[in-house]
Order: sequence, then structure tokens, then C-alpha cells
Amino acid sequence: MAGQHVYLGIDVGSVTTKIVGMLPDGEIAGAVCLETLGQPARQIMRGLTAVGEALSRRGTPVVAGVGTTGSGRNLAAALVGGDVVKNEITAHAVAALHQVPGVRTVLEIGGQDSKVIVLRDGVVVDFAMNTVCAAGTGSFLDRQAARLGLDIREFGRLALRSTRPVRIAGRCTVFAESDMVHKQQVGHSVEDIVAGLCRALVRNYLNNLAKGKDLEPPFVFQGGVAANAGMVRAFEEALGHEVIVPEHHALMGAYGAAILAQEWREGRGVSGRRSGRDEAALTRFRGFDLRERDFRTSAFDCDGCPNECEIIEVFLDGALVARWGGRCRRWERDTAVPPA
Amino acid sequence: MIVTFAHMGNLWIVVKTILEDLGVEVVVPPRPSRKSLDLGVRHSPEFACFPLKLNIGDFIGGLERGAEAVVMVGGVGPCRLGHYAQVQEQILRDLGYRCEMIVLEPPRGRLAELLAKVRYLTGNKPLGRVWRAVRFGLEKLSALDTLDQALARARPLERRPGRVEDVHRRAVEAVAGAADVRAVRRAAAEGVRAIEGCVTPEAAGDGAAVLRVGLVGEIYMVEEPFANQELERRLGRLGVEVRRAVYLSDWVRTHLLPNPFRLRRRCRASLVRRAAAPYLGHFVGGEGLVSVGESVLLSREGYDGVIHVAPFTCMPEIVASSLLPEVSRDLGVPVMSLFLDEHTAEAGLVTRLEAFVDLLARRRAALGAGVRPPAARGTAGAGT
Repeated sequence: MAGQHVYLGIDVGSVTTKIVGMLPDGEIAGAVCLETLGQPARQIMRGLTAVGEALSRRGTPVVAGVGTTGSGRNLAAALVGGDVVKNEITAHAVAALHQVPGVRTVLEIGGQDSKVIVLRDGVVVDFAMNTVCAAGTGSFLDRQAARLGLDIREFGRLALRSTRPVRIAGRCTVFAESDMVHKQQVGHSVEDIVAGLCRALVRNYLNNLAKGKDLEPPFVFQGGVAANAGMVRAFEEALGHEVIVPEHHALMGAYGAAILAQEWREGRGVSGRRSGRDEAALTRFRGFDLRERDFRTSAFDCDGCPNECEIIEVFLDGALVARWGGRCRRWERDTAVPPA
Repeated sequence: MIVTFAHMGNLWIVVKTILEDLGVEVVVPPRPSRKSLDLGVRHSPEFACFPLKLNIGDFIGGLERGAEAVVMVGGVGPCRLGHYAQVQEQILRDLGYRCEMIVLEPPRGRLAELLAKVRYLTGNKPLGRVWRAVRFGLEKLSALDTLDQALARARPLERRPGRVEDVHRRAVEAVAGAADVRAVRRAAAEGVRAIEGCVTPEAAGDGAAVLRVGLVGEIYMVEEPFANQELERRLGRLGVEVRRAVYLSDWVRTHLLPNPFRLRRRCRASLVRRAAAPYLGHFVGGEGLVSVGESVLLSREGYDGVIHVAPFTCMPEIVASSLLPEVSRDLGVPVMSLFLDEHTAEAGLVTRLEAFVDLLARRRAALGAGVRPPAARGTAGAGT
């Protein structure tokens, strides 16, 4: 099966970087998930090589399009040669629609952010994402698991064993933590505390993020935290309805980006601005092995006005491939990948 | 007496024009920037709203450049802005600035009081002379709003992204420097032509395909691009035409001028009140009522979506934002509320704007494909 067309989706999140290789029929043929570790560029390169190897097992992959998403989407696009750069909300919604076509509510909790997306008839009609506070996201659960001496993978199973979840103050993670310490000292079991924490986080999510939204089934729960069975059950209890966790729940952002790349390639993309490149639709993909290439970023403070913007420059083999960070047009250049 | 004042979008050009026309020496503070914001934040109460912090930064900038007097605008109604002039005065006094403070209270129709203050500023110039200067300033304000509107229309359609902003800036400079009413009108007309020249004829034909978004909310946040993180520019780059529900010249006509001069605006004002009535029956301070009413009107006028912008903790706009989900549901128009201040992270804002534009584009594509338009559900984007 030589010359297999694939679409790459790259989701660079605050905690993990996910890369997916998708076949034109939507099947995921290769995927990796790495911790971002504060070194997104290096991890993107490593992940890309790994996905390239996984895909090669099914024939020489021919990349037809690359989509990037997540907080590091611009960096990923500059580095890898991205064709579509999309925000996480659209990417997650598109992926959820492909997995569960009639989905009306997407609950997404990742490493440091959480979102709720409301869809009707296959179109996003409302959304919200946390902006100020990372309460109840994956990082917090990780930390609490570590503090209780638990593997994060046991966390959910443990919560399911609870018979009488403890009520924990969930508005603020700092206070949630002190309340948990208190509940431990009073003598509650770890199972009940863990289950109580799940309930508190779900309560917090529904009261703040999803406040005033019409949450209707089918519900899809995705993002890394969806692996936590305790959280799934807490959502099901609070919503009074089954919550679907898709098979690739942790990869949905990257999967969505790959689907968007395919839409772009096939000229079905929906975007606000006509990009002008749509007709040719030739991918900018630079190849799977970027580790051979010299990749650097550097930053400087612009001295043009009192804003003193920090300008980031991205170099590949000594050539400037992208530059961003300015409030004005002074440092703009055409090589920067336009938002699709 | 050298006078300084705070920025608010293009307002500085108007205030400078009026005062200089009357022979008052003026110092314009540097444009709001991270530096002036840092100064404002350092010297303001943490829970004061964003506009106050930026104003303090501007005043300090003006005083450091040699101003001896500060002109402040007092607020309207029950919102905190009503006593901000006094708070600002106290802060500047505590910082040791020995300057004169002149508070201009919007006269709610009593123009004489406002004119008396302006006369005092100008060393008691005859009232007729003052009135002529004010008219000249307002002519510039209208011209500047016209240029802003032309810019908003051209942004999503321009050939080379960003070029139209340079053209617009030059046109604004021409209006700012114009010496009389005729020159102002000429500069505005030429500016509009130049801005429209940045759009290719083919693209102009695409006008109907452009997404249109109405911008409602607290007036300072709507007008000052630094405060709203360049919302209009960002949306323009995403292919959206933005129309402010209230432009400064509208605001001046409603709040500062006596009845005969705001007839047209009054019509809009009563339309706004009537449109808001099912949701909000009375004034709640600031632009709260207008945000609700304009969201209804913009939706009826066929806008694809509404963005509601306000400073964090703004009481009137919190009232509005709690009513907008209902407006959105009833009229099927997507609404996104953005509460911004010095802590707003750019990345989160960009993500929400992009997602909102995608939402509008996909919704419109579904409409175009003959699919039943999915109704909007409440306000998007907010969250803690």
C-alpha cells in the first residue's frame, strides 16, 4: 500500500503534545502523546518522527495536509509546515462530531484548561472556556493524586469504590486542597475523598463554565481527564444521563485538526477569510524528520513604542520562518502562517 | 494654563482641536500602552475598573509632560464611574501633583453648565466663540467615525492584510491637522476613497459573503483599541466586518448636546429602549441598557453575531451580560461577552475570538446549504 495519503493533526497543549496520522476515511493510523515539558518544539519533532515511523508500517505515508491546534498551534505550524491553524474549540467540536454524529454537548477537560461546547444540528452554537482559573483540570488532579500517593490511573477506579463521597469545597483549588487535607485528618477514607473531589470538580465545572448553557444529550466527554472513571461517573450523576467517552478521547484535538486539514485539502473548509491558497491546496509539510534540521527560536523586546512587545522569531536552518508577538504591524511578515 | 486629559479612541483629536481653537495650550499624553497601564495599575485601587487605571496612567503621562490642569469627564448614573473623577483627583493629589482638576459632568441636556466650564478653561471667551470651536471639534469627530467605519468595512476584504491600516492612519492624521470645516470634510472624503482603494474590485463583490459582527458594551472599552486588545483589528483579520453599536459621535449627540441636535440619535435611543424593554425596563448605569437594546436591534438588522465587551467587574454590563443569553436564545443571534482588564491573557482571548468567528462562519454555511439554521444558545465564551 505504497503512497498512502495521510492527514496529520498536531495538538500542542500546555501539558501534552498529541500528534495523529489520519487516513482519508477517518481511521487513526498512528498517534503519539508526549508531555510538552516546557519544550514544545523538541517534543513536536520527536512526536513527528514517531508518528512517521508508525505510519510507515502501513506503506510510505504521503502527507496531504497538516492541521495544528492547541496553545502551541502557531509554533507547530511554523515548525512542521502547517496548512490549517485552528483554535481548540473548533478542533474539539469537529472531532466530537465525527465520533458521535448527533452530539449536542461536548465536555472537555485537558491539562490546564476546560471547555464546554454546545452543538445543534452539527453546528457549534455556544461555547465557553476557562480563562482565569485552572481549577479542576488535569494538572490539579495529577497533583492531588501525587499528594495522596496515588497513581493518576488508579484515581478513577478508587473513586468508583466509594460508597459515601465526602463533600469538598471545589470553588478554588487552593481551598479544595486545604479542605481535602482537613477531610483526611478527620478520618475519611481515600476512596470517599477522591470521589468527593470528582464531584466537587464537576460541580465547579457545571456552575461556572457551563452556567446558563443548555446542556442536552448526547454528551461527549473528552480530553485527558475523561480517562478518569470517577469524573465520568460524577458527570453522569450530575447530568442524570449517560456520558460517552470516545475511544480516542485524549487525542480529540489532534484528530479534529487532522479532519480540518482534510476539509481544507478537499476545498470544504469553512473560514472567515478566503486564504487564496485554497485552490492549489499544496501542503507546506516539511517532512517527518525535522531533527536533522537546525531549529531555533529567539525573542527580543521591540523598542518602537512604550508597549515594548516581546517579539518571537522562529528560524529553520538559519532562515526566518515565522515571527509573532507584536501588537502592531511593524514585525509582521508574509511567511507567518495565516489563520485558516 | 496647560491642560491634559485621558485618551479614549480618537477623542484626543477632538478635545485638542476644541481647546487649541480657543487658544488653550494642550499636552496630549502618550497613547495608552503597557507602560502607561503599569503606572495606572500601580497607583489605582486593585478593584477599580480598567478604564480608571488607564485614565490614571494617561493623566500621569500628561502631567509629566508639563500639564498644569487635568480635564476629567464625570460619569452618568449609578455606576462607579459617577464618582471616579473624585477618586482620580484624590489619587493624583496623593501622588503629589499640584494641578488643577476640572470635572466636566455630562449635562443631561443642560448644555449651559458644560459650556460654562469650557469657557472657564478658555479664560472666558465669548460663548459664541466657544460654541464655534465645539462645532468644529464635533465635525472632526464625525469625520473620524466615518473613517473608522470605512476601515471596518475594508479590513476583511483588503488585498494585502494590514495595508489599509496604514492608509487609515494617514487619513486620521489629515483630519487631525485640518484647519477648518471644509478641510475636515475634504480629508474625510479623500480618506474614505483611499481606504476603499485598498479593496480589490473582485473582493468588493464578495462583500455579501463577509461576516458582520456588532460590537456593544461599555463605551470606553468599545472605543479604546488598547483597552479592548485591538478587538476590531483582530476580527477584521479573521474576515469579519465590525460595527460598533455606538460611535463616539453618537454618544456625544446623546449625552452632551441639547435636544435639537440629537433628534436623529434620539430616534435610535428610543428604539434601543423599546428593543430592550422585554428584557430590561430601566436605566442601570453606563451603557447596560444600550448593550441589551442594541443587541436586539443588531440581530434584527441581520448581523451574524454580537460581541459584548466590558471591563472586569463593571456593574451595568454584568446586568447586561446576564440578560444577553435570553436575547440570544429568543432572536437566534450568537452573543459573546468579554470582560477584560489588565489580567486578560492574549492567548485565551484570541482562541475565543477565533472560535466565535468559526461558529458564525459554520452557522452561516449551514444556513446557505439550506439546512435549518441552528438557533443560538445563550452567550458564548465566558467562563472563570
